[in-house]
Amino acid sequence: MKLHFPNSAFLGNIDSFLRSIETQDDQTLEVTFNKHWMSLHPVVLCMAYSLAIQAKQQHGKIHSEPLEAVSKHYLERMGLLQALSMETGHIQAHESSGRFIPLTQIYDSDQLGNFITEMIPLLHTPPNQADPIKYVVSELVRNVFEHADSPIGGIVCAQFFKKSNRVSIGVVDRGNGILKSIQRSHLVDTDTEAIRLALTPGVTGLTSNVGGAELNAGAGLFFIKSIAKINRDFFLLYSGSTMYKLLKTPQTKPAKLFSSPLDDKHSFVEQLPYWKGTVVGIDLSLERTQSFDSLLDLIRGVYRLDIKEKGKEKFKQARFI
Amino acid sequence: MKHAIKVFPRTGKFAENKDAAREIRLNDILPALEEGKEVILDFQGVDSTTQSFIHALISDVIRNKGIQILDHIFFKNCNTVVQKIIKIVVDYMQDVT
Repeated sequence: MKLHFPNSAFLGNIDSFLRSIETQDDQTLEVTFNKHWMSLHPVVLCMAYSLAIQAKQQHGKIHSEPLEAVSKHYLERMGLLQALSMETGHIQAHESSGRFIPLTQIYDSDQLGNFITEMIPLLHTPPNQADPIKYVVSELVRNVFEHADSPIGGIVCAQFFKKSNRVSIGVVDRGNGILKSIQRSHLVDTDTEAIRLALTPGVTGLTSNVGGAELNAGAGLFFIKSIAKINRDFFLLYSGSTMYKLLKTPQTKPAKLFSSPLDDKHSFVEQLPYWKGTVVGIDLSLERTQSFDSLLDLIRGVYRLDIKEKGKEKFKQARFI
Repeated sequence: MKHAIKVFPRTGKFAENKDAAREIRLNDILPALEEGKEVILDFQGVDSTTQSFIHALISDVIRNKGIQILDHIFFKNCNTVVQKIIKIVVDYMQDVT
């Protein structure tokens, strides 16, 4: 496996980074860095961390060239250099509060609960901004537990970018991937089609039944894409050889929700290096974060439209007291 | 006869643990309904939840007993976010019954 950390890799320009990685040979990882300066989305760090862990699990080798770029401090604080078995030296610690959530490996439900509890104070966000962040992390990591069978669990990290006032989150696993997961209940034979189904509300790999299974409705990724869409942010889903990217909705256009991911402004990139597992990256711009409950109204609108189209006019309502 | 179930002690402020939801459903909601009781799910203290949690809590009850079972389930002390997520789950479960 080979990874080169470029000068810049965010969701908007991540394509060339993804094209450059080499994922063959699970036991050897070679890492090189831009010599001067690196600015990276957390999802890139999650990917590198997951490959490093996997190489170690298989008693493989990690070769990292000496890191000269000024971003060394950042990569150390995020926990990447340790994972790459690189010497970290004596670097003065930065204040972590309000800046980032370091790379964390999560294996089970209790660990996830603790992680979410500890995560929010680190980001120093008010409750209205914390709600979508908690939501995204919970749903994505639970997807790993339920669908991925990932030998390294889920890898998570996040970063608050002060200049753009946004939180970027990455969640990565090295499990089954979306195609294999969806194939358990649906006839599909390409990564692209599997990703399309995974982003469609009501489709889950656990059953082909309407309404999902006992513990899964097939709505998690749709909700998360919707959070990004309404806030006019990027959302990326990469699995197998295909990447789906929700592109930013311009301020001049209304941000509408659609049940089909193909109706959103998006790009599909196929024939990328094969990623065993799933990679999810999302940006959440805090200054234009639409209130979480108004987002829920819009999501509900998509479902109600769907039900109306199926000719069901009478709704049974939940009773609140 | 009513059977009140407090959610917060089982989940904390952010109700997202689907294993906890499943336990509440299997150990509290279903037995109470089987006994002919009305169920009150009390969300006092819960600030937020996920669609997955609410799905794991009630979807299988609706699937197995029909949508009319909602006449016997009451959702108490839900803030706006919790209410809206419950409504979404109830909406899409209409398709199943």
